[in-house]
Amino acid sequence: MAIQNSLKNPPISAKIGMVILVVFIFFAIFAPLIAPYGEAESIGKTWASPSAEFLLGTDNIGRDMLSRIIFGARMTLGVATACTLLSFLIGITMGLLAAVAGKALDQILSRFVDLMLSIPILVFALMILSMFGSSLFTLIITIGILDSFRVFRLARSIAINIVVTEFVEVARLRGEGLWWIMVREVLPNALPPMIAEFGLRFCFNFLFVAGLSFLGLGIQPPFADWGGMVRENGRAIAFGIPAPLWPAIAIGLTTISVNMIVDWILSINARPSGASAEM
Amino acid sequence: MLRLIMTRVFLGCVTLFAVTLLIFAATEILPGDVASAVLGQGATPETLAAFRIELGLDRPAYVRYLEWLTNALQGDLGIAMTNKREVLATITPRLYNTLFLAGYAAAIAVPIAIILGIIAAINEGKWIDRAANILTLGAISVPEFFIAYILILVFATNLGWFPSLSTVYGDMGFWQKIHVVALPALTLTMLVMAHMLRMTRASVLAIMSQPYIEMAFLKGLPRRRVILRHALPNAAAPIISVVALNLAYLIVGVVVIEVVFVYPGVGQYMVDGVSKRDLPVIQACALVFGGAFVLLNTIADILAILVNPRLRHPR
Repeated sequence: MAIQNSLKNPPISAKIGMVILVVFIFFAIFAPLIAPYGEAESIGKTWASPSAEFLLGTDNIGRDMLSRIIFGARMTLGVATACTLLSFLIGITMGLLAAVAGKALDQILSRFVDLMLSIPILVFALMILSMFGSSLFTLIITIGILDSFRVFRLARSIAINIVVTEFVEVARLRGEGLWWIMVREVLPNALPPMIAEFGLRFCFNFLFVAGLSFLGLGIQPPFADWGGMVRENGRAIAFGIPAPLWPAIAIGLTTISVNMIVDWILSINARPSGASAEM
Repeated sequence: MLRLIMTRVFLGCVTLFAVTLLIFAATEILPGDVASAVLGQGATPETLAAFRIELGLDRPAYVRYLEWLTNALQGDLGIAMTNKREVLATITPRLYNTLFLAGYAAAIAVPIAIILGIIAAINEGKWIDRAANILTLGAISVPEFFIAYILILVFATNLGWFPSLSTVYGDMGFWQKIHVVALPALTLTMLVMAHMLRMTRASVLAIMSQPYIEMAFLKGLPRRRVILRHALPNAAAPIISVVALNLAYLIVGVVVIEVVFVYPGVGQYMVDGVSKRDLPVIQACALVFGGAFVLLNTIADILAILVNPRLRHPR
């Protein structure tokens, strides 16, 4: 009862978060309809200041800032979502497998993940992207796999507590196969605590993609994306022009919104141990 | 106890070895081919084959790995492909610069974060705790370059107190350097401080829910004394690992910050290497970052053993 009530009445912070997020998702889907100018259309002076014609001014080669932020929502949100989905697909599958399939496989997978996490994820990503180039496909695969190691740890630690319960024991005695136990017995019970984690991992991947794009190694031009836009306009700040701040604000708003929604979800179902909100 | 510490040191060495293996595997064994990655689209099969032999790629992977590892252990990190200079000669002053920046940021961030974290835990739920919560959440949620640009806009462009680009050179005086590097250090400080403050607060509060703390309260001790005398000694171990973890984070956070401020450190060297596909440079930088990461984690483990006597006798 109490849970249903709090589901219907999210706190004000979660509502704000949802509104902002919905606006950005709306931008991403209907970008060509909303944006006043085209994505790569050069129509003004370099770094024109905000006016009625260009609400947020123009960028380093005279493209409308607002239009590029609206188009940028597509790439930036899309890539981060794809990475997070991939990382959860791999991480949950492997985590449940480690918990269900027995000690030997668990040891192998866990030690492997320990090893992969012994190098900072940014350094790892830089190495792989330098070898494969930053196409959209390699970017998503790389970040998805690197992030899945953290999802693995959480999924495994949750699943291990579920595997020892009676209903899993019953399913084993009934002679159900490995896949059935993973998908039908453990997964439905492991998912609720993972929902909040999805939001947090999304934030991490989102900031990570933005950071890589900012370094010039993520999403490549001519696509507009928020991290890359900060990079393109970075020099403007030395002249007191706030051009790089707009996409940076869009990035910050997104993560803060997701965090506020996650906080609300966490207050509904208690956070599982072993989860880390940061890094 | 000495044996326990030696075990940790040994484990650290094993991890370090694994890291070298991983770096080599990621850069040379994965299906992406170094030669075609460096030469790009326009390479003919003949030039590719010639370049492979020049790089020694015609030999088996384990031979190349052993050679690379023994050379690296002797201080020979190879020669950069792009400018044909020794990687070690370039990376040493840059490593010094990066450590200077990281140390600068840590010197400010660590004491402030720990003290504020403890203050926030003491005043759990009061306005100071909430203010710290909102501010740190904000600092964590925005990308690091956002903080950097805000600081540049305020302190460099508008107030003109600090330069917006941190160009340092060899014969610069110490105080001059402190001044020039102030903005990147401040950016890093804010980032690391936010994480560290939240984690310090969380680990103090985790100890506050223990029965012996409840007992101390029930004896009628004031909250301040309970925290300073009963909770803090036990919170020391988690706080130390929090600090070490965040210093490891600092090492990586430095990459983006160095690019924003055009600071000549290892991070920028690595990003340059990646965009030019300069293999020896990438490997050397990854080795430096990975090594620092492992080193800090090992030091954290050892300090935790030294601080907390209960960890000295493993069951």
